[in-house]
Amino acid sequence: MKQKKAYLVFKDGQTFEGFSWGYQKGIAGEVVFSTGMVGYPEAFTDPSFEGQILVSTYPLIGSYGVPEKKLWESDRVHIAGLVVSNYIDTPSHYQSTMTLGAWLTKQKVPAVEIKDTRFLTQYLRDNGSQLGKIVIEGDKNIDFHDPNTNNLVARVSPKSLFVSSPQAETLSTKLKTILMIDCGAKRNMQRCLLKRGVRVITAPWDYDPFKRDGIPFDGLIISNGPGDPKMATATITTIKKALENKTPTLGVCLGNQLMALAAGGDTYKLKFGHRGQNQPCILMGSKNCYITTQNHGFAVGEIPPGFREWFVNANDNTNEGIIHTKYPFMAAQFHPEANPGPVDTEWIFDYFLERV
Amino acid sequence: MKNKKYKKILILGSGALQIGQAGEFDYSGSQAIKALKEEGIRTILVNPNIATIQTSRLLADIVYFLPVTDYFVEQIIKKEKPDGILLSFGGQTALNCGISLTKKGILEKYHVAILGTPISAIMLTEDRQAFANHLATIHIPTPLSEAATSIEKAKKIAKKLGFPVMVRSGFSLGGQGSGIAKNMEELMSIVTHAFSFVPQVLVEQYLHHYKEIEYEVVRDKDDNCITVCNMENMDPLGIHTGESVVIAPSQTLTNTEYHQLRAASIKIVRSLGIVGECNVQFALNPKGNFTLNASPLTLDYFVIEVNARLSRSSALASKATGYPLAYVAAKLALGYALPKLRNSVTKVTSACFEPSLDYIVVKLPRWDMEKFKGAELRIGSSMKSVGEAMGIGRTFGEAYQKAIRMYDLTYTGAVDDTPTFTKTELHDALKYPTSKRMWAIAAALRQGITIPTLHHLTGIDPWFLSRIKNIVKEEETLRAHPHLLTSKLRHMKELGFSDRRIGMLTNQTGIAVRNIRKELGILPSVFQIDTLAAEFPAKTNYLYMTYNGNHHDVAPTGKNGVIVLGSGPYRIGSSVEFDWTSVSTVMALKKYKKKSIVINCNPETVSTDYDISDRLYFEEMSFERITDIYEFEHPEGIILSVGGQTPNNRAQALFHFGVKLLGTSAENIDIAEDRSKFSALCDTLKILQPAWESVSSLSAAEDFAKRVGYPVLIRPSYVLSGSAMNVCGNKEDLEKFLKEATIVSRQHPVTISRFYEQAKELEFDAVAQKGDIKAYVISEHIENAGVHSGDATVVLPTQEVSKTTKEKMSRAAGKIAKALHITGPFNIQFLAKNNEVLVIEVNVRASRTFPFISKVTGVNLMDLFVQCLFEKTVQPVSANKMKSHPELVSGSQIPDPTFVAVKVPQFSFSRLKGADPTPHVEMASTGEVACFGDTVEEAYLKGYLAVGGHIPEKGVFISLSGDEKKEKFLKSVKQLAKKNLPFFATQHTYDFLSQAGISLTKVYKIYDNKTPNVLTLIQEGKVDLVINIVDRNLPKSMKDSFAIRRGAIDANVSLFTKIKNARLFIDAITKYSLTDLAIKSWEEYE
Repeated sequence: MKQKKAYLVFKDGQTFEGFSWGYQKGIAGEVVFSTGMVGYPEAFTDPSFEGQILVSTYPLIGSYGVPEKKLWESDRVHIAGLVVSNYIDTPSHYQSTMTLGAWLTKQKVPAVEIKDTRFLTQYLRDNGSQLGKIVIEGDKNIDFHDPNTNNLVARVSPKSLFVSSPQAETLSTKLKTILMIDCGAKRNMQRCLLKRGVRVITAPWDYDPFKRDGIPFDGLIISNGPGDPKMATATITTIKKALENKTPTLGVCLGNQLMALAAGGDTYKLKFGHRGQNQPCILMGSKNCYITTQNHGFAVGEIPPGFREWFVNANDNTNEGIIHTKYPFMAAQFHPEANPGPVDTEWIFDYFLERV
Repeated sequence: MKNKKYKKILILGSGALQIGQAGEFDYSGSQAIKALKEEGIRTILVNPNIATIQTSRLLADIVYFLPVTDYFVEQIIKKEKPDGILLSFGGQTALNCGISLTKKGILEKYHVAILGTPISAIMLTEDRQAFANHLATIHIPTPLSEAATSIEKAKKIAKKLGFPVMVRSGFSLGGQGSGIAKNMEELMSIVTHAFSFVPQVLVEQYLHHYKEIEYEVVRDKDDNCITVCNMENMDPLGIHTGESVVIAPSQTLTNTEYHQLRAASIKIVRSLGIVGECNVQFALNPKGNFTLNASPLTLDYFVIEVNARLSRSSALASKATGYPLAYVAAKLALGYALPKLRNSVTKVTSACFEPSLDYIVVKLPRWDMEKFKGAELRIGSSMKSVGEAMGIGRTFGEAYQKAIRMYDLTYTGAVDDTPTFTKTELHDALKYPTSKRMWAIAAALRQGITIPTLHHLTGIDPWFLSRIKNIVKEEETLRAHPHLLTSKLRHMKELGFSDRRIGMLTNQTGIAVRNIRKELGILPSVFQIDTLAAEFPAKTNYLYMTYNGNHHDVAPTGKNGVIVLGSGPYRIGSSVEFDWTSVSTVMALKKYKKKSIVINCNPETVSTDYDISDRLYFEEMSFERITDIYEFEHPEGIILSVGGQTPNNRAQALFHFGVKLLGTSAENIDIAEDRSKFSALCDTLKILQPAWESVSSLSAAEDFAKRVGYPVLIRPSYVLSGSAMNVCGNKEDLEKFLKEATIVSRQHPVTISRFYEQAKELEFDAVAQKGDIKAYVISEHIENAGVHSGDATVVLPTQEVSKTTKEKMSRAAGKIAKALHITGPFNIQFLAKNNEVLVIEVNVRASRTFPFISKVTGVNLMDLFVQCLFEKTVQPVSANKMKSHPELVSGSQIPDPTFVAVKVPQFSFSRLKGADPTPHVEMASTGEVACFGDTVEEAYLKGYLAVGGHIPEKGVFISLSGDEKKEKFLKSVKQLAKKNLPFFATQHTYDFLSQAGISLTKVYKIYDNKTPNVLTLIQEGKVDLVINIVDRNLPKSMKDSFAIRRGAIDANVSLFTKIKNARLFIDAITKYSLTDLAIKSWEEYE
């Protein structure tokens, strides 16, 4: 079968040519790059990527196929499109159920094989994340679209409450309940909590846990999620209430930005974001530096009153987490739940749960 | 921040290059020294390997060319009083020495702190049973196993575990003495061999066809821990990682597998308290066996090895990622914290991060097993390879095919028409891997063997097999439709096909394909290796080329650039000495403000370090790639005379392409390399050479031999380290060997020449400018002609060479230099007999003796070479260098040193089962050392101890063949008798020696099957020196003689087979005891 040509076109006219694979239909979105070398099934199903065309700096993809659904991080692929240098159509892994190409086709996600993804990365690094579109030969043209103008959180957040309980063997004597505001959480967040023996209630982004007939819980987690934090106003209001009630609260990624906004701090958009599995973060006031998974385009600029910096990026000194000086409010900009990426900061869940 | 704690630090090097421990430790030691020097710390280095960069003036402050053993290191400590010692930069040799020093309480006694990883952790990782117990306490699985210190115990354990079992030996390098035993017999053989080297073995559960995965972990004193790189072995478990094709990063691991193993490696490193670098190797079940629930993930994996030091894998990881592991490890050992260190590639980001690659890397081991007569060709759990090459690309094909061509330029890529396999050969080659396995896989795929079948036979993951099949398929379609459409050609280049291979498939030359390609605008891109996949801008000079791109990361250097071609993978005959010559040339170029551009593909080298050259192309040294780089960079020219024979072989093609060669012209290189042309030149210049003829038939060879008389020497043209060279004592020999030689090289005729027995061989090394010699050194072989110059013991200054001989040599050399209008380094090998000198060979390039003579004489000949390139007229060296020798003012002879230096070869026969451990005209040594002394005996004894020899204390077995040799050696035996050691011999030697009045014990021949014989003597520890003088003229049916030599080597007992070495050794040990040997540094000798 002859491959169709496909193009990645940017708003400034910059165009990259390659071959189409995956779903054969064009799409527009924000083009970002990620430097992770492993874990594409996990990354692609990370809701934080909603609306984004992802460029993989690692040149090979598809090597171990796609595992069954329960191993995904959500129930569908969230990237809008994929750009990679070399697609491997001969996967080899005992967990593989289909090729990556077949999966993307099924999930209606277009992909392009563009050889010089390094130049593409340099372009995005120098010009910042850009709006772009995948155009497939013979397909009709489409308009550029900025996903950040949509409420992406609302799009990926669950519509109703869901309760999951830990396995009997991990049950602690006193069962704690954590309410997780799911702005686009990866499943591993829940797995990390359950294996620590707590009950997890997953709630929509705009659920108000402090309403009168609300379900009782001991601690609050604000998950990761896509887009501009300032769009998630309902969640910000919830966090404000949590802070007022002194409810122990942990924010992750978007949750970090939302907590900053709720407490009176501010956020801004990074030039090209942090996406990868090798970001070093220093735990402030210690000698420790952790390698973390990251996937964010926005960051906390102004630390809110009463909080201090919890983590800082060792490469570019951007904020990587905030913690309250007095109360159990804390948030990490990176992903302690990993998947994909290093599991070195999973201790943050323990740290938080000790304070619930 | 400057270190204040330590002022003087001792660094232990790894000694001579040997199988399992090669050039990677020159890289790690050099980086460590640099890291210390930046802190203002005085560095003392113990390393007898004179060919290394680390033992150069520009690195360590004080260098001891002495054995890295506890005795010598203690003496140095006593003298130098260092306050710290680094043990993890000199491989297993340094580590073992450090353990011994600790156990003997020496470090404590002299208050020397061990920097970095605590010694207790190192000792724990080296004791396999204790380490397995330790890992159990932190819930890290190891294969079921038990340690045995006796053969009986090993048998018992094997019975319990059930066959097959894996035998591993502790405290050894490169898996020596390890193996897979399928039955009791095999177990016995492996264990017996292992116990002659190590006190303990581990008998463990064998994990058939598990994946082998490695992590390189770095930890600082504050417990910050990162994994710099993970790597996947293409070959399954059971093939040593040093023998495996290795890919970085891993290809077939999912996120869970990758990160669970990563987490396990970090957990291990933390539990050990490593400060610095550590390598962790895992076995992973490819069929999986894990569940993902709310409960913790469990992978089916085992830890199979941990190296608490810099290793071959860490050198590879460093080159694969651009992360300077050894440099960082040294800083951490000094007490720095990882987050405080900068990433020296980007300069702006932290060193506490994990590199992200936007390319893949394929490492191929380099074997040279054909060079060892009788050696078993199969590869397995102990190392046999002598070097490695690393291909970088953005598809698997690109990286893999590059690596294959880097391995050996005679191959065109993953698919090659040679070697060919019959059906049974192919099946065997797949099931029992040999050094030919890459081509066996491609051949199998071409024959239509399916991937599942191949996977079953080889244990190689279908992922890799599919990628290779992809390459095979591309070839087949081109072969079927040999039209070079733009898209097809581009695609093939993306998959790493060479122009030459594409030409072969379309019936045209590589150059023709190149021209088509350039016309179509299909050109490679120059990409940087920047450690973080372009996330931040980096100023790195570490480059590679790829067709999977369409921009360049850098701009051409232009006129100021000078390309220096490095050595390629280390192999027999081309090793670290050519890295020294390359690096020294690069350093000299700086003085002339030239921008050096190094091309090399060997991850074990210092020349491929990120901070050596202005630009480094980690690339193939093929004509195609060199010209690609040349056309991109537009440099002033190329230097190809400092990387050994590999770059020198490119001279003609590059010249005809229009490349400017700096130094001697290509025409003149050709005259030197082409035997007929060179011979004609010698005749014109009236320079003598052994009678020779070029023959292409057996009868012509026989005629020649009849005319000049036996013995004769045969060899093919363009030799590297004497491939297929042989001395033939009679007609039968000639017939037999000529067949071997013609198999090696069908298109080239064979050269046959007269062989002189008992002649002296001398080396003439020099640098000339426009035909005038500016400096030269003559050194002398201890062995008579007939031992390859790379295997010879070389002494400087000469001991037994007359003034007349030297004058004749320099006169002949002067004429040759003038005639060939040499500018640059060259080497002439002379034969001296009866006051006549004959030229054997001229190499118009730096020879392997250059670092030795440069360091001994204090005149850096590479410096002088670069001076000759860029200065109008260079004065002869003695005029400006040696003011204290007025008699030599106008001469070019470098004055003799006031001490004696001896270069001693290192052999690795113990690793090559079945190989005959005797030096001959084919080179077999893997490395060398050089030591200094007041006399040749003192220097030799130090050197002999430095290559692992011992002074005998128990007993001597003597076997002399040939009456003449017996007579000649009698004096030495009498001398040795004064040591009062018991002597043993078999019938003939016994008769001869007892008649001469020497008291000795008669023992049986091995094939008499009676005891005592030499093997039982060795086993019982009654003999620790074997002298087995072999007569070349005796028939080859000397099974017993071979068994004696092999028995000595397999039991790690000192062996001498050459009369002159044995004599020198006896002189040395009767004249000196260990404590008589002077503990003097290089500086003190000068």
